[in-house]
Amino acid sequence: MAILDLRQRAGYLFLAVLLGLVILISAQVNSKSGVPVLEAAVFGVFAEVQRGTSAVVSGISRAWSGYVGLRQVHADNERLRQRLAETQLALQEQRALADRSHGLERLLELRHRTSLRTTGAEIIAAGATPDFRTVTIDKGARQGLMTDMAVMAPAGVVGRVIVPSGNAAKVQLLIDRNAAAGAVIERRESRAQGVVVGTGNGRLRMEYVSEIADIVVGDVVVTSGIDGIYPKGFVIGRVEVVEKIGPAYKQILVRPAVDFSSLEEVLVVLTPPEGREAAREPTP
Amino acid sequence: MKVAGVVLATALALALQTTLTGTGAVDFVLVVVVYVALTSGPVTGLLTGTLAGLVQDALASGVIGIGGLAKTIVGFLAGIIGTQFIVAQPLPRLVVFFAATLLHAVVFHGLYLVLNLRQFGSAYAAIAGQALGNALVGVVTFQVVELLPGVVERRRAAKHRLRR
Repeated sequence: MAILDLRQRAGYLFLAVLLGLVILISAQVNSKSGVPVLEAAVFGVFAEVQRGTSAVVSGISRAWSGYVGLRQVHADNERLRQRLAETQLALQEQRALADRSHGLERLLELRHRTSLRTTGAEIIAAGATPDFRTVTIDKGARQGLMTDMAVMAPAGVVGRVIVPSGNAAKVQLLIDRNAAAGAVIERRESRAQGVVVGTGNGRLRMEYVSEIADIVVGDVVVTSGIDGIYPKGFVIGRVEVVEKIGPAYKQILVRPAVDFSSLEEVLVVLTPPEGREAAREPTP
Repeated sequence: MKVAGVVLATALALALQTTLTGTGAVDFVLVVVVYVALTSGPVTGLLTGTLAGLVQDALASGVIGIGGLAKTIVGFLAGIIGTQFIVAQPLPRLVVFFAATLLHAVVFHGLYLVLNLRQFGSAYAAIAGQALGNALVGVVTFQVVELLPGVVERRRAAKHRLRR
């Protein structure tokens, strides 16, 4: 009887649900606090489901690879890919170090710089809605991950951790419309600074560039480190389009160095950038 | 039984959406909401939309409730259309799925824009592509669900004849 009444009053139910959702949205929009409790709880629970789904899918995939007799080749390939990934990351790190030491030499000031501490993570799920470019990785707060930690791939910058749960974390990709990173043109004659923002369609846009800056198509864009999230000197991408109106830049489009469509493993940078490192140290 | 089916379909759609990478062209959750609304009416449609939208919001990095609100409206209106009109052929179904995706995008993007929370830019091509993708997946889902019992029946009958 009650269900019958409910069906007859579909319009009232519709309005009641809409009102409830509007109140829910209003509460969040007004609050300035961090991650909503509901988001963290649902994400934490569903991350376990995603981990299970991912484990089943990868288990079937691995069993099939072994079945067709490519197990050894597959293992070799995985090992070599891992080694290549580590080497590429080390190369980027060395390049960033070399770049930095050039500047420091010029200032006749040599400092010891520790290498970045990272942890490898596997992508276990894509974003829940096509409007947000996020992925879920299989490492979380229990493995030392925190909000705003940089996530890298051997090819370059991937994004940042936005919601760490127990054993998983949500990563906002750099191509998301709400993502941004401090950037600098790597070419020594240019060194133009700006901010790279996501466009949501797989490309990046470089903004806040001085009109006297020298930027040409093909320039490599690297992180500047000023955002306090991404370490300095890591590759973001390559300038693809430069449009100018008079002396001012109308649009600078950057093709990301990372192929986000085929990303499987990433490295999370556990070492905070220099600015934040000092801020995190406990005061005596 | 029906509630369990709806919950299972929504969970499956969410798992598909989050497991298959590169599925930006299809919103499986929206397809399930419209399918349920067309087959079960406005009440089930709006409740499915609310539930699925809220869970999807919680898994995405946006404001919780905006996707829920968009999917509630879509589920309710699709349910009304399903009860008031005969939507039994592929073409009308294609149109309903396509229009539902456009309405969802207008409400979803519109709310973010009005509340000044996020800029989506000129995403017309992406929305049109997603509407087409959702419409095709929705129509195929209807066809498969409707044809499946018949196929099983015919296979059983054929096996019976062979045994005799």
